[in-house]
Amino acid sequence: MLNTVLRNIVRFIVLILTQVLVIKNIELGRFINPFIYVLFIITLPFETPRSLLLLIAFVTGISIDMFYDTMGMHAAASVFMAFCRPRVFRFFAPRDGYEAGTEPIIRYMGSLWFVSCSAVLIVLHHFFLFYLEVFRWTEFFSTFFRVFMSALFTLGLCTLSQYLVSRRTSG
Amino acid sequence: MRNLVLFLWKNNFTLLFVGLEVLCFFLIVQNNTYHRTGFINSSNKLSGGVLQMYSDVNDYFNLKYANEQLARENALLHTLSSSSFITTSARTYIANDSLRKQKYEYISAKVVNNSTNRRSNYLTLDRGSVQGIKRDMAVISSEGIIGVVISVSENFSSVMSLLHKNSKVSAMIKKEGSYGPLSWEGDDYRYGTLSDIPNHVQLKVGDTIVTSPYGSTYPPNILIGTVESHEIKSGEPFITVHVKLSVDFKKVSYVYIVNNVMKAEQDSLENATQKEKKE
Repeated sequence: MLNTVLRNIVRFIVLILTQVLVIKNIELGRFINPFIYVLFIITLPFETPRSLLLLIAFVTGISIDMFYDTMGMHAAASVFMAFCRPRVFRFFAPRDGYEAGTEPIIRYMGSLWFVSCSAVLIVLHHFFLFYLEVFRWTEFFSTFFRVFMSALFTLGLCTLSQYLVSRRTSG
Repeated sequence: MRNLVLFLWKNNFTLLFVGLEVLCFFLIVQNNTYHRTGFINSSNKLSGGVLQMYSDVNDYFNLKYANEQLARENALLHTLSSSSFITTSARTYIANDSLRKQKYEYISAKVVNNSTNRRSNYLTLDRGSVQGIKRDMAVISSEGIIGVVISVSENFSSVMSLLHKNSKVSAMIKKEGSYGPLSWEGDDYRYGTLSDIPNHVQLKVGDTIVTSPYGSTYPPNILIGTVESHEIKSGEPFITVHVKLSVDFKKVSYVYIVNNVMKAEQDSLENATQKEKKE
């Protein structure tokens, strides 16, 4: 239990720092802004109480907001994503439910489950975030394109990072 | 009450979600001008039209009262406005320097009466003996010379304009230094006449005419005007210069009264010398 908490705290710090120190400074074009920090919210343990999930997501979002000077936007999107997470997990649940002590990462759940779950959650998050940022309907389609491209990149980065970490733990 | 608590307990997840989102939106709107204006604009679009219509109709019923109020306010503002006051003090600034001695003092004044169309024109200024104005002080504006104070009351002074049959100013051609009296012929308020310039002087149209250092009234090198044309009358050794005055006398509004502190001293010395000569 303590181990899990510790691991998640480390993951939180690493992902936030990666986001604000590395990815924030990479220019991938006008339409691509990946937000890899959402991986932290996706990979919180299955047993996390739902209310705690919301609070953690809020704190994560606020932390990102502080670096991006977008007070509340990332927090709103993250909380929304955390709100959807239990439903999405229930939708993709295996026939006999989730095993106790497992985490929603590729090592336990397999890449297909992880990619599909993350894809849904990331798209929801990015949708919320980008439309909140634009805040008008006139740029609907360009924002839509941006959501799609950024979500694709975020998903790719999240999946890649999973292989990176799991290989290290196994090796 | 029990049911309410139960309801809240059952839905704590959703309620927490809603609460956090509300908090987030509050933060966004609080910290972001763009979103704030966005909110205000959209709410204006929704409610603005209705409210506008309501106030359009309602305004008619208040017109009478509004008119009375405005009239009262206008009266108050008229009373308060600076045009209802006369200034009783004009501060002068005197530098105290042991190497130099102050020779000229400048006092600002406003022209309250002015004429240009008579043969002898006068101006009235809103400064008088209370503010230290005396006879024979020079009056200039930022554009050039105006005239000489000829009489003073407590709060006003009367100025003999440059456009006066008796006005004579010691003027000088700036680039060359020869000087002569400038007077006004009385035909056009924009032009003066400079006479007694020796005919060897090469004049060009546009040459600057300034006050000479020989007069005791005006400070030297104050702009008077520019050469408009010049002619030599046959048999005379002098040029008569038609001078375009730099001051537009029809538009004069703010001027400076120049007090030559040493004028009395210079005049008395010169008078004494002339008396000696005669004797």
